[in-house]
Amino acid sequence: MTLLHDLTGAPAGTTTRALCLRLSAIGAVLAASAGTFAYAGGWLSPGVLTPARLVDRFEQVNGPHPGFRRNHAKGLCVSGSFAADGTGARLSKASLFAPGRVTPVEGRVALAGGQPYAADAETTVRSLALRFRLPDGEEWRTGMNNIPVFPVRTPEAFYEQLLAARPDSATGKPDPERLAAFFAAHPESAKAAALIKVRTITSGFADSTYWGLNAFRFVAADGRATPVRWAVVPDKEPAPETTAQAARTDRNFLFDDLATQLRQRPLRWHLIATLGRPDDPVADATLPWPSDRESVDLGTLTLTGAEPEASGNCRDVNFDPLVLPDGIAPSNDPLLSARSAAYARSFTRRAGEEKSPSAVAATPARGADL
Amino acid sequence: MSDLPRFNLPARVLHWSMAALILVMLLIGVAMVASLADYHVLVAVHRPLGLLILLLAVVRLANRWRHPPPTLPADLPAWQQRAAHASHVALYGLMLAMPLLGWAMLSAARDPVTLAGPFVLPPILPHSPLAYAWLRALHGVLAYALFCLVLAHLGAALLHALIRRDGVFASMAPWRRRRSATGLQADA
Repeated sequence: MTLLHDLTGAPAGTTTRALCLRLSAIGAVLAASAGTFAYAGGWLSPGVLTPARLVDRFEQVNGPHPGFRRNHAKGLCVSGSFAADGTGARLSKASLFAPGRVTPVEGRVALAGGQPYAADAETTVRSLALRFRLPDGEEWRTGMNNIPVFPVRTPEAFYEQLLAARPDSATGKPDPERLAAFFAAHPESAKAAALIKVRTITSGFADSTYWGLNAFRFVAADGRATPVRWAVVPDKEPAPETTAQAARTDRNFLFDDLATQLRQRPLRWHLIATLGRPDDPVADATLPWPSDRESVDLGTLTLTGAEPEASGNCRDVNFDPLVLPDGIAPSNDPLLSARSAAYARSFTRRAGEEKSPSAVAATPARGADL
Repeated sequence: MSDLPRFNLPARVLHWSMAALILVMLLIGVAMVASLADYHVLVAVHRPLGLLILLLAVVRLANRWRHPPPTLPADLPAWQQRAAHASHVALYGLMLAMPLLGWAMLSAARDPVTLAGPFVLPPILPHSPLAYAWLRALHGVLAYALFCLVLAHLGAALLHALIRRDGVFASMAPWRRRRSATGLQADA
């Protein structure tokens, strides 16, 4: 009997050699289990882009803004409803597309970028995020931008672009050399940037078209799936930016204008689905679909009110693009899962942080002149 | 050639099926939080699997209550008896707590707890980002604790199976013992 026998409780007949062998075998099983766990958790591949590293990059580029979204940080809550035309019912079994169905909607308009106190600017990308509340706990959440295509194809390219497009502290503009190097490495992004640059920039949130950018699949009751991209197109005739607007000094003029307009009358958009053909790219958000693709008007989105971000409203909602009702399914666009993962990480971080008031206040500083 | 008492068949079936489910669940959990490409697919599996584990854990506790497990060998040192008891309390506690925590944290975040197709679990907590932040952190910490417990349980089980050969492993083994404990000891 050895100390090892005592410690392990091995029967006296076990030879020390057999005991050591068996202990080693047990150790090997435990080490292999722990190793598998570490491998699954990505600890053995430190160079791989993770949700945490993607969100870290936002914090690195924008500086710390605890409590705020790491992207689209400056925003305003909106609310309204969606009235279905019934035309979507043949494409998707999601209950919100049933003829005559009215679904309550909460949403958020925002400006792209991680600076919650940045001054509004016409050229900053505008976004509209929506949360449709269907019966029985189902939801559809979507985040859309006023750009026709997305600037990058993959999350890795997005990660690189964030740094490449980071404004230089001296000039306030991105380092042209770094940006050029990024576009050289990502020709798809250069093409997308050209399309984004020539878009029509309208006077405000109210007359902007917001594109869903990523492709999804509508799944009908009979199981038929159709690739789709959607957009909300304003009823309001888009007006170009005026010279008076360009001269405004109000730091929140885009948000204040929307809040004022919503106080006067509801604003309407049409939810338009563009139907892709089998060969159309669904996994590359930088590529537009051919312009002759069939479009279907799914119904009318009516926004009736706006309120500043506060506890419990749109501020505390994660507009995860993969919160989908039965009848809408993701495509294999790699950005979708990445957005879902990164939004969750950003939400988790800000949920536990002290909140500061949004720059967009309850009473607009201006806007009575509209 | 005494026939040592075993766990009843439902207990054995539940133990081994849940062992597989929990291991898969832990691997999915640790992988999904680090993954961009597979995040959505993994989360979509994680939610219904969590509910399944919760339901199985309840069934298992009910079975354990009706059919108490065999007692540990009398010659097992007292500290090991206590450790075995405490680790089982912790294992059962986490089997119940982890799915409930996941459900509660998604409720606090106001994220729909989608199981499959149109089926969504109702929220069990009011909307509160701060509650979400705490529960999310706890869910993560306890998942690591559960993995460590599973490793300890596996190590102890193998110690009983390969070294002590005292019938403890055999009482839960999926197969029937071919030889008695005395026979095993004699040829060791």
